[in-house]
Amino acid sequence: MPATTRAPGRLDSILRAVARNVGIPALAIALFLGLWSIAAHNIKVSFGSLPGPAAVVTEIGNLWQEHRSEVAREQAFYVRQVERKAAFLAENPTGQWTERKYAGHPTFFKQILTSLETVFTGFVIASLIAVPLGIVCGLSKTLNLAFNPFIQLFKPVSPLAWLPIVMILVSALYNPPDPWFEKAFLSSALTVALCSLWPTLINTAVGVASIDQDYLNVARVLRLGWLAKIWKIVLPAALPHIFTGLRLSLSVGWMVLIAAEMLAQNPGLGKFVWDMFQNGSSETLAQIMVAVFTIGLIGFALDRAMLSLQRAVSFGAPAR
Amino acid sequence: MSAFLELSLLTKTFDGPSGPVTVVRDFDLKVARGEFIALIGHSGCGKSTVLSMVAGLTEITTGGVILSGREIAGAGPDRGVVFQSPCLLPWLTAFDNVMLGVDQVFFKASKADRRDLAEYYLALVGLADAMHKRPAELSQGMRQRVGIARAFALSPKMLLLDEPFGMLDSLTRYELQGVLLDLWQRDQKTALMVTHDVDEALYLADRVVMMTNGPEARVGEIVDIPFPRPRDRRALLEDPHYYELREQLIGFLTHRSHLKSFPPVATAPPVAVMTPAA
Repeated sequence: MPATTRAPGRLDSILRAVARNVGIPALAIALFLGLWSIAAHNIKVSFGSLPGPAAVVTEIGNLWQEHRSEVAREQAFYVRQVERKAAFLAENPTGQWTERKYAGHPTFFKQILTSLETVFTGFVIASLIAVPLGIVCGLSKTLNLAFNPFIQLFKPVSPLAWLPIVMILVSALYNPPDPWFEKAFLSSALTVALCSLWPTLINTAVGVASIDQDYLNVARVLRLGWLAKIWKIVLPAALPHIFTGLRLSLSVGWMVLIAAEMLAQNPGLGKFVWDMFQNGSSETLAQIMVAVFTIGLIGFALDRAMLSLQRAVSFGAPAR
Repeated sequence: MSAFLELSLLTKTFDGPSGPVTVVRDFDLKVARGEFIALIGHSGCGKSTVLSMVAGLTEITTGGVILSGREIAGAGPDRGVVFQSPCLLPWLTAFDNVMLGVDQVFFKASKADRRDLAEYYLALVGLADAMHKRPAELSQGMRQRVGIARAFALSPKMLLLDEPFGMLDSLTRYELQGVLLDLWQRDQKTALMVTHDVDEALYLADRVVMMTNGPEARVGEIVDIPFPRPRDRRALLEDPHYYELREQLIGFLTHRSHLKSFPPVATAPPVAVMTPAA
């Protein structure tokens, strides 16, 4: 009976595949942790010893405790403020009460949120510029040739070179009396945008330029207007390419963000790393390592999210 | 007689790697309203180029195309095109692929009327139950049915078919030839079809136009296909005249298509066996 002989064979091969795909990475991670522990015992740095895996795990707990107590302090502050306001108004009903904001320092977990906000703001700005520009470049050879030198010139520029320019321009141009964002936030987001728009721009242009002529012929035969042509033919046809670009852009943006935050002092993960470094306490290295793993994990999660989006917009094999 | 469609001294020159290449020279043809013309010739002879010029998708170098009294300029929905690959948009369902054109051409009609129109033609080509599937879920033959429905639904002045059944297996091809002939008879459309299948040309066409080999291809011989309509494939195959005509077409393709001039009456001239230029 082929069915009965095949079933255990299949199960066997599945088990072997699982053992290989889970076992080998697990072994590699164990080996890494072991080597790290050995190194931690043997390397002395200026403020104590290099923290091992256990110290880093402990530090995650400490950071979480710190976050909890900071949140509690903040809530207590606002409760007190409400009480004081009531007392103040009871004493002088015509008096002017000024609300105050809690001035505690942002915790690690708040800094993660700030970093995510900043990177998404930069990423959205980059996409809003890169996708339309990429479509235009893909459709017109002339414009593509016109933009190409700028793309080639600015694409390799490091975020550290952009940042001073962006900061000076932001200081000069962004001075509203009641600002929506901090200058540091805006500078970091704009630097992320400047560095991350290139993959989307290039991929969109390539995607649009390589659209099947047959699809464009459909637009010509139907005499679609240019807006209808872009919306109904060009954009859907280039969507897989555009999302490939967006995925690359987001990972570039996340990488750039940390450097930008360090220099612009935007209260995110980059500033956390920088502040810990300046602190030089005995927990410094462990805290920086927690930040490194956090940055890596978030970057990985963002990439996975973009990958599933990218898969959702690819329509299998094109119909011919 | 004023023709419904007139191809007047059509010439197409491409820029080749070693100077300009004239693919088609002085292609001249008049087509009456409601006529079904099959254009046959060796592959690469330029028959698709002629069709593409009529469709407005390839620029005409010299000469012109006049359709119902007007010279054509560029592509337009008044000429329904069925390509060899149906080139449906893969992100739209069969229905939405037809609606894309219907919405564009009948923008004055109500939404309900437009939907009815698309559904009507999709049902006529036998896709009533599959019209809300994406192209990837349809077989090759079903996709070409959508292509035919899309062309007819725009109620064009004429149909241009570029080897529409070339990629199908023979059973599906027979079936779709029947579907095409039914629709053509119902809507009384003038049709120009490129094919390299002699039997397909004999089954579908009123006249078969044979092109000489390229470069500088032009009209070689024109053969009237006198079989009464509606045509029945089985009856056709039993008609002795069918084989004479078939012989004539194949004779042209194998022996005479490389000749540069033709006697006014299309009789087979004695020709030494020569392999036609590929």
